[in-house]
Amino acid sequence: MVEKKFTVTDQAGIHARPASLLVSTANKFESDVFLVYKGKDVNLKSILGVMSLGIGSAEEFSIRAEGSDEQDAIKELEKTLQNEGLAK
Amino acid sequence: MNLLEGIAASSGIAIAKAYRLVEPDLSFTKKTVENVTAEVERFQSALAVSIEELEAIKLSAEKDLGTEDGAIFGAHILVLKDPELISSIESKIKEDKVNAEYALSETSDMFIAMFEAMDNEYMRERAADIRDVMKRVLSHLLGVSVMSPSEISEEVIVIAEDLTPSDTAQLNRKYVKGFTTDIGGRTSHSAIMARSLEIPAVVGTGEATTSIQDGDMIIVDGLNGKIHINPTAELLAEYEDEYKKYEVQKAEWAKLVDEKTLTADGNHVELAANIGTPEDLVGVNNNGGEAIGLYRTEFLYMGRDQLPTEEEQFEAYKKVLQGMDGKPVVVRTLDIGGDKELPYLNLPKEMNPFLGFRAIRLCLEETEIFRTQLRALLRASTFGNLKIMFPMIATLGEFRQAKAMLEEERVALEATGTTIAEKIEVGIMVEIPSTAVLADQFAKEVDFFSIGTNDLIQYTMAADRMNERVSYLYQPYNPAILRLVKMVIDASHREGKWTGMCGEMAGDEIAIPLLLGLGLDEFSMSATSILKARAQIKTLNQKDMAALVEEALQMGTAEEVVELVKKTCN
Repeated sequence: MVEKKFTVTDQAGIHARPASLLVSTANKFESDVFLVYKGKDVNLKSILGVMSLGIGSAEEFSIRAEGSDEQDAIKELEKTLQNEGLAK
Repeated sequence: MNLLEGIAASSGIAIAKAYRLVEPDLSFTKKTVENVTAEVERFQSALAVSIEELEAIKLSAEKDLGTEDGAIFGAHILVLKDPELISSIESKIKEDKVNAEYALSETSDMFIAMFEAMDNEYMRERAADIRDVMKRVLSHLLGVSVMSPSEISEEVIVIAEDLTPSDTAQLNRKYVKGFTTDIGGRTSHSAIMARSLEIPAVVGTGEATTSIQDGDMIIVDGLNGKIHINPTAELLAEYEDEYKKYEVQKAEWAKLVDEKTLTADGNHVELAANIGTPEDLVGVNNNGGEAIGLYRTEFLYMGRDQLPTEEEQFEAYKKVLQGMDGKPVVVRTLDIGGDKELPYLNLPKEMNPFLGFRAIRLCLEETEIFRTQLRALLRASTFGNLKIMFPMIATLGEFRQAKAMLEEERVALEATGTTIAEKIEVGIMVEIPSTAVLADQFAKEVDFFSIGTNDLIQYTMAADRMNERVSYLYQPYNPAILRLVKMVIDASHREGKWTGMCGEMAGDEIAIPLLLGLGLDEFSMSATSILKARAQIKTLNQKDMAALVEEALQMGTAEEVVELVKKTCN
């Protein structure tokens, strides 16, 4: 299991477009991927789950991956978050 | 009934088969199923077909409308692939032994309710997305077809109750030859879009969706506001003839593309175009526009989920200024509110949006949004002939405040070494009666006026332009309106300034003689109306029109004015 913390840098927070990006990225991996926010775990492969959190700007969250390709999954998601200026 | 009458919203004639864009019947009953495995499989295959369809729609939307619009469908596909949603539906089928239709709607209703309960307007809107995609799956389960404008693949006339902006965005110009709606008026969104897409349209027919069946042969007469259903061979031949004549007429007008707009007695007026996006420039140049009289910047802000950045705006303004190659471009600052909402701003719903927190009122409060736009405009100013216009100005104080912010941004940008055009004219929209009445005072401070007739008429007559029952009060030729227009034009001329008009009225055949007589300097209209207006103005004598309008101003009713114009100009 790997877990990594992030802080949202996008002014609008994690809204529909970035949520779609994250979910598409997570879906490329075998591992189970979760988004942990305010003590809640949601499946990062679920667009509705991610959007239902309504994570705002400057908030902290973490991503947890469990499975055969967990390392790659975290790396790729981190890259997506940074390239899109969503979180660091 | 094989004749429907409505409002001629976009000129031209179109003949093709009907394509009804109406809500399908998706009713079903709850059933107990024995073979749950088969039921799950039935659900999965409906899901797979829906995803396939959305992939196709996404591709064509990306091709025709750009990746930004295609992305919406990408999100829809993800909803259908959502493991939480799908597994909930499947386990409901298995555990409760219910039919897929029931499991689907129960489960999606739960998700919809969850989004609707969120305290964020933007998230609440996402509930509509879920509803939309679930409808598609449900229709496949039930074996009824859902209509989507992007799936049309042969020449058709679209029949709808009303067309939303997203419907119109999906209309494929290649196949959609014309459309007709039950509701709407000349200034409703669908009508404006029809004109910019150059598709003949008749709106507000009242019963298009009930009188017309799929596959009926339809004639859209966008010149006279008539819809013929399954016409006789004679009538069809007549219209085919009419269509050819109209094409010849258009070819005749096309010869005027590079000509200046001169009256019969040699006075020049400027014929400008109203645009919404840089893409509209093609139409402006093809139709010989001498300027952009109204660039509606709100389209930059619509159909997305966050504000456009300064850079994005800068690029769009630069493109338009460069595209016009030094000809004037009047950019209207953000006019949002009223019938144009921005979900991501989370503005509270209002009882009276047209009289509420919109346009400059919003900009003077949400100053960061406004200042970002002003900076983008100032930076783009060196790429052409930019003029900035503030919408919905009701008091001189509002104008001074907006102009002061513009000056502050100019000073700040110049301090960082940014070059800005030395002279940028700053004007206002005149659409509120108070401003028209006080035009003499405004004229001392603004560089120009542009009369927005759609709103000016609505506010002067106290008649909601979205409400069909009071649509008879939309009276551009009412002497009360003409007098207000005269006050504005005269006030500007006394101060050596100019007045334009950017509402529907500026391109109207009956209004043009009157406006010429009043001395209007710039007429801004749909690009497709320009050549026709130029041809008309060539035949008119400004001196005679001045005499005509003197007479009109002394009349009591709009009907008398129309009568007078028709008698004099024919």
